[in-house]
Amino acid sequence: MAQATNGRRVSASLQRLLASTRPGGAPPGGAPAPAAPAGGTRRRGVLAARILVPVLALTLLAVVVLSTSVGTIDVSPAEALRVIAGHLVPGMPWMSDGSLTTVQDNAVWQFRLPRVILAATAGAALALAGALMQAVVHNSLAEPYILGVSAGAGVGAVSFIVLGVGTSSLGVGGAAFLGALTATAAVYTLAHKNGRIAPQRLILAGVALGALFSAVTSYLTITTHAQNVFSIMFFLLGSVSAATMGHLALPSAALLIVGLYAAFHARALNALLVGDDAAASLGVNVNRLRSGALVAAALLTGSVVAVSGGIGFVGLIIPHIARITVGSDHRRMLPVALLGGAVFLTTCDFLARTLADPSEIPLGVLTAMVGAPFFLWLLRRDRADSVGVGR
Amino acid sequence: MRVDIENLQAHRGGRTVITDVSVPVPSGTVLGLLGPNGSGKSTLLRAVSGLAAPSAGRVRFDGTDITSLSRREMARRVAVMAQEHSEEFEIPVLDLVLLGRIPHGRGYGRDSDHDISLAQRALTRVGAAHLENRPFSALSGGERQRVLFARALTQDTPVLVLDEPTNHLDIAHQLELLDLVRATDRTVMVALHDLNLAARSCDAIGVLAEGRLLSLGAPDEVLRTDLVRSVFGVESTAVAHPRSGRRHLLFDACSPPKPSGHGPTNPPIPTEEEVTTP
Repeated sequence: MAQATNGRRVSASLQRLLASTRPGGAPPGGAPAPAAPAGGTRRRGVLAARILVPVLALTLLAVVVLSTSVGTIDVSPAEALRVIAGHLVPGMPWMSDGSLTTVQDNAVWQFRLPRVILAATAGAALALAGALMQAVVHNSLAEPYILGVSAGAGVGAVSFIVLGVGTSSLGVGGAAFLGALTATAAVYTLAHKNGRIAPQRLILAGVALGALFSAVTSYLTITTHAQNVFSIMFFLLGSVSAATMGHLALPSAALLIVGLYAAFHARALNALLVGDDAAASLGVNVNRLRSGALVAAALLTGSVVAVSGGIGFVGLIIPHIARITVGSDHRRMLPVALLGGAVFLTTCDFLARTLADPSEIPLGVLTAMVGAPFFLWLLRRDRADSVGVGR
Repeated sequence: MRVDIENLQAHRGGRTVITDVSVPVPSGTVLGLLGPNGSGKSTLLRAVSGLAAPSAGRVRFDGTDITSLSRREMARRVAVMAQEHSEEFEIPVLDLVLLGRIPHGRGYGRDSDHDISLAQRALTRVGAAHLENRPFSALSGGERQRVLFARALTQDTPVLVLDEPTNHLDIAHQLELLDLVRATDRTVMVALHDLNLAARSCDAIGVLAEGRLLSLGAPDEVLRTDLVRSVFGVESTAVAHPRSGRRHLLFDACSPPKPSGHGPTNPPIPTEEEVTTP
């Protein structure tokens, strides 16, 4: 019975979520536009979210198609779109009439698409993890790696390579995931005291443990054989280039689960923005929300780090960009951050492949080179002051 | 809704802050809590609002022990207005007030027209309707207090717990806010510092000192010059207000330190005899 009620609630919420993303669309319930006067911070944010969400979704689709059509094998964007559609929808005529070669089909479906989707998933996951972290630790400098996740993953991956077990991407990924989970568990345990996780202690424990792990990684890197260093740097700088469909399972599952979790706790996260006591008096179980969100963020970050290494900057910056454009209400900000992260990272990956063709620029280098100027420009705008950046 | 505090004992920071406090608050009563800094007013209010678990005793809402209520059920019964506010992320005033609707909604839920009109009505009632779209941190201290009170009203609970709601307010807004508190038909527990303001605005007054309830009753019975001397260490004169005839306290000076005492940090509380025979 409780299960059934819950299910209905889920679908109702999803409908509302979908309705709110339709440009100017009224929800299925047919409620008229709120009585609040137009203009002002709040209304502006609502309007911006209604426009931005579909725009970002279309942009993402465009970047995915464009990105899958670029490479050594000649494929036009239209052909790429047909390959993708043909694999998703059975019985498409162009899949069997010989208009597409097997080489084209393989290039798009086997090699380029997994990589592009991994970039989108990683971007969305890191942005969501960052937004969760910033809300639950009350700190705008928080980011997914603050729990020591990337440092722990680094130690895991580098140990795996240095110990000579091999350089297979799945092995390195597994070791990285283990390292990430170990680090997160350690930070979490250290920050836990008297049945409560103090945000400040969490940040400091994460920074300290991160420094420790980074030192171990550096030591291992400097003392290992020269031929291992390239593999290590490749992992530490982050890359989605080796992706296969198999790599997508873990981060996609994590993104789906945590995305639903975040949607159901969006209002509670809003309450947390004004302080722990205030949130508690509004009926939010603060400790449970904080633990839940931390585990969720660690799961996202760990699963992304395991398959693509440490991609910096996305998790810190994208949530801020979302806040500056649509305000700090998580019901608007999370969908924008999620899609924004996906668009940002797929774009960066596209540029990483094309700018220095035929060689490739590490993804972590591009995220900072593309993201930092854009973010700094946004930071200077008045709009940023209204979300508290100007203090 | 009736609130009963029974033999409450509470710790804060490993120290006993409230000892054996019992207060019945009948439905619809405005109870003022007075007492010097550190007397345990905030801790008592935190226990009543369920933010801190008492170490002994209990709080009942209409007979129900609040430990049997979930956080959400509590939030539908009692709204809290306190001093704390985190400002890491900015939030517009209307959004802040709308947070009061959280215990009444579920999941992703967008704010209904009903929610928004409740919030706007509350803002209008506290005279802050014009602030609706301003960022909260850009408000003055007094404006913030009024907006936080609007949030408590928007939560639409039968019980209100207000910890020094008149802080930072000018005299007009103090009177206005306390009149608003009186005008709600809710059960209110309010910590105040101004004794005369409390006498004017509350149905009953409880006086706390060193975590114990020293006196509880109608304002005129409780606020006597001997109690002011023993609790606050202040000499005062009681006069009748020329218009209302209500008792009003004029404060003269700090009481001279007792010969045995070592400074005013921890003045011994005189017994009944000491008070009546100076």
